[in-house]
Amino acid sequence: MGLLSFELGTFIWMFLAFAIVLFILKKFAWKPILNALKEREESIEDALRSADRAKEEMAELQADNERILQEARKEREAMLKEAKEMSSKIVNEAKQKASQEADKLVESARANIESEKAAALNEIKAQVANLSVEIAEKVLRQQFAEDQQQKDYFKKLMDEVKLN
Amino acid sequence: MKNIHRLLLIVFFIASAATAFASDEHDKHAHHDTHKKEKFQAGEFIMDHIADAYDWHIFSIGDFHASIPLPVILVSEQSGFNMFMSSKFYHGHSAYKGFYIAQEGEFKGKVVEKINGQEVRPFDISMTKNVVAMLISMMILLWIFISVAKAYTRRKGQAPKGLQSVMEPIIIFVRDEIAKPAIGEKNYERFMPFLLTIFFFIWLNNLMGLVPLFPGGANVTGNITVTMVLALFTFIITTFSGNKNYWVHIFNTPGVPWWLKFPVPLMPVVEFMGMITKPIVLMVRLFANITAGHMIVLAFVSLIFIFGEKGAAAGFGTSVFSVAFIVFMDILELLVALIQAFVFTLLSALYFGMATEEHH
Repeated sequence: MGLLSFELGTFIWMFLAFAIVLFILKKFAWKPILNALKEREESIEDALRSADRAKEEMAELQADNERILQEARKEREAMLKEAKEMSSKIVNEAKQKASQEADKLVESARANIESEKAAALNEIKAQVANLSVEIAEKVLRQQFAEDQQQKDYFKKLMDEVKLN
Repeated sequence: MKNIHRLLLIVFFIASAATAFASDEHDKHAHHDTHKKEKFQAGEFIMDHIADAYDWHIFSIGDFHASIPLPVILVSEQSGFNMFMSSKFYHGHSAYKGFYIAQEGEFKGKVVEKINGQEVRPFDISMTKNVVAMLISMMILLWIFISVAKAYTRRKGQAPKGLQSVMEPIIIFVRDEIAKPAIGEKNYERFMPFLLTIFFFIWLNNLMGLVPLFPGGANVTGNITVTMVLALFTFIITTFSGNKNYWVHIFNTPGVPWWLKFPVPLMPVVEFMGMITKPIVLMVRLFANITAGHMIVLAFVSLIFIFGEKGAAAGFGTSVFSVAFIVFMDILELLVALIQAFVFTLLSALYFGMATEEHH
């Protein structure tokens, strides 16, 4: 048999058999295999992608948490500061009010004292006047108990007027 | 799985029974051989092993030839349709129904008949050794890949296992290293079935050709008709999937001076020849590589016999070196088997890629 000779019989067998095998393999082997491979690759890719996404989300969540914590801290500080301010303000106000009150009390006490004093003085003055009148009456009564004395005194007063 | 094993076993038993039958019958015709005990002819020995045959020779001890008879199918101008087993020829030593195997001349080794005293070849669609080997290899391919495909549907969403995990990386290799780079992401999918089929067909037959015993030992991919069919498929698919850009490139090659196309269409002719040459190169490369490998191995075997004729000691001495070289060659051929399958598939893919390439 020549090595290079073309054999029609072999050609026909080979052509038919190969065409049939190609068809069968295509339909029953390659298609399901390639589809399955593709599907699997896609699902793996999907899984990887979603893992990445989860990681990102995780990081985002962590950042969020951090931020929220930071904010809370800041807020707390602010609140503390405010409270401090408020308390000092209240204390100051209280102090001020107290001193004002005290001043007012002192003032009114002083005024009271002043008026008491004035009243007392006035009373004393009146008393003194009364007493002096009484004393004068008593003195006068004593002095003018006798008619002679009254005459003397009149005489004296008359003398004084005459002088004038 | 079990059924397949059983089937293969049955085939094997039938084959061996047939072998025994053939050899029994042969004894009666042994006298044909005895008078021509010739010197060992290395060239003939090699050709006998590489070429196609009507029966599947397994081994010979002296005049005892063990072979599997194969169906001979002939359509003769004279006697019409004939179908009989090749054992009727008694290894080419006798005629049957006027048909015989030509021992010399133009049709040496082929079934011929005499019409008006002239040797004529009938229309011969015998299932020769190569045809049967090819059919067996196709059965194996079908069995392997249909069961792998079943594994994919049965074990959906699970990791591959067994045969499936053996084939998967190879299939992915063909897809990712051959089809995708050569054809491109967009078009590769519709060529995948063909590429996978030729890749595994060529590889399997190359490997089976290296196994000396049945069902290996046939030189399927080293048969030019077989490689021609493979190349023809590539050519047909390339031609039918050629887009506008591809044909423009052939008949009105861009970037070439107009006087190369008109009035003498030099470039179109060259391009057209290129279109035809590509599959021819595919055909010859595979055929030549596989045949050459087989020839070298057989040449080393022949050396043993040549020196053995000079004396037993010389034969044994040579056998040491020959066997060492044969082992080396067989290992090399294992590599070549894969490389040739790869090259054939890659070049086919490149041609498909050229045919479907978009204008750039």
